[in-house]
Amino acid sequence: MGVMLLGEKIGMTRFFTEDETNIPVTVVRAGPCYVTQVRTPDRDGYAAVQIGFDEIKPRRSTRPMIGHDFKAGAPPLRHHREFRVDEADLDQYEPGQVLTVEVFENHAYVDVAGVSKGKGFQGVMKRHNFAGLEASHGVERKHRSAGSIGGGGANLGTGPKLMKGRRMAGHMGAERVTVRSLDVIKIIPEQGLMLIKGPVPGPNRGLVEIRTPTRLYKSKGRKQAAALKG
Amino acid sequence: MNRQAIIESVVQDQLKTDIPRMDIGDTVNVHCRIVEGDKERVQIFQGVLIARSGGGINETVTVRRLVDGAGVERCFPLHSPRVAKYEVVRRGDARRGKLYFLRDRVGKATRLRDRRRGLKHVAANKPGAKKKG
Repeated sequence: MGVMLLGEKIGMTRFFTEDETNIPVTVVRAGPCYVTQVRTPDRDGYAAVQIGFDEIKPRRSTRPMIGHDFKAGAPPLRHHREFRVDEADLDQYEPGQVLTVEVFENHAYVDVAGVSKGKGFQGVMKRHNFAGLEASHGVERKHRSAGSIGGGGANLGTGPKLMKGRRMAGHMGAERVTVRSLDVIKIIPEQGLMLIKGPVPGPNRGLVEIRTPTRLYKSKGRKQAAALKG
Repeated sequence: MNRQAIIESVVQDQLKTDIPRMDIGDTVNVHCRIVEGDKERVQIFQGVLIARSGGGINETVTVRRLVDGAGVERCFPLHSPRVAKYEVVRRGDARRGKLYFLRDRVGKATRLRDRRRGLKHVAANKPGAKKKG
């Protein structure tokens, strides 16, 4: 089972690789994360590791949280998250242990989750990639509207109402998004930085969770399998 | 360290240090390395530097030349490893930062004046050329 780190999205830049291609990368400050608690099946009913990230002043935290972090031998921390591990791997973790970006040293790919940038109330064209109506041919003042949402019969079910989940305009963004199978381009342990190919969810300075990929995209899975063999 | 400084430190070792001073309006040679299979050769693209944009590792230069009467513009990432070398062939006088107006011009009108006035860093291309007031 994999490992997870919390990190801060720093920003994007470009990176020239050894074969001279130019790739967009996101710089992420990953860790150091303190293990603040180890969840065992005996006590908690499941096996997991709780980690904390981002040291803060004690007055920014609360008494209970300070105590919780203190018990693990960690300074007050801003963010706490858990990740599940196999029972057999539990003994690799102990409270107070520091996980740095080096845990991803043997990773070719990672999954990254974060809270995406909020877009506010958006129409269907931006929110759901609808095509909108025509620009001319008699269309008046409805160029970006959704069109028909179906008659009662089309998604009737039990009565003259739309079924839930009909795609319409509404609030967009500011939700948890996971981007899978991103390439790890470079790891800089001295600064605790990671370069990840392409964009990751959220604004700069936003909190991101970086995980061992649960399931790679097919092409990348094949590539990795081939790399392991060769 | 703030975030901008972190990003700059990450790309620091990728920045080229041997780029000559190139100003807008200069005629430059761009030596592109072209890899075909396992062979590599250098192709020179000569033209007028009409724009520079971006900063740091994102900086690009746009070079324009005429090929058989048709304008060709190429935009190179300044720090790209695929560009082996930049050379300044001729200094040109430009009074603005972007020379997009050259796109509307043909023939003689595309020429830019040589720059000689009060610029000590410019190597004398034509020895004995008179300095203008």
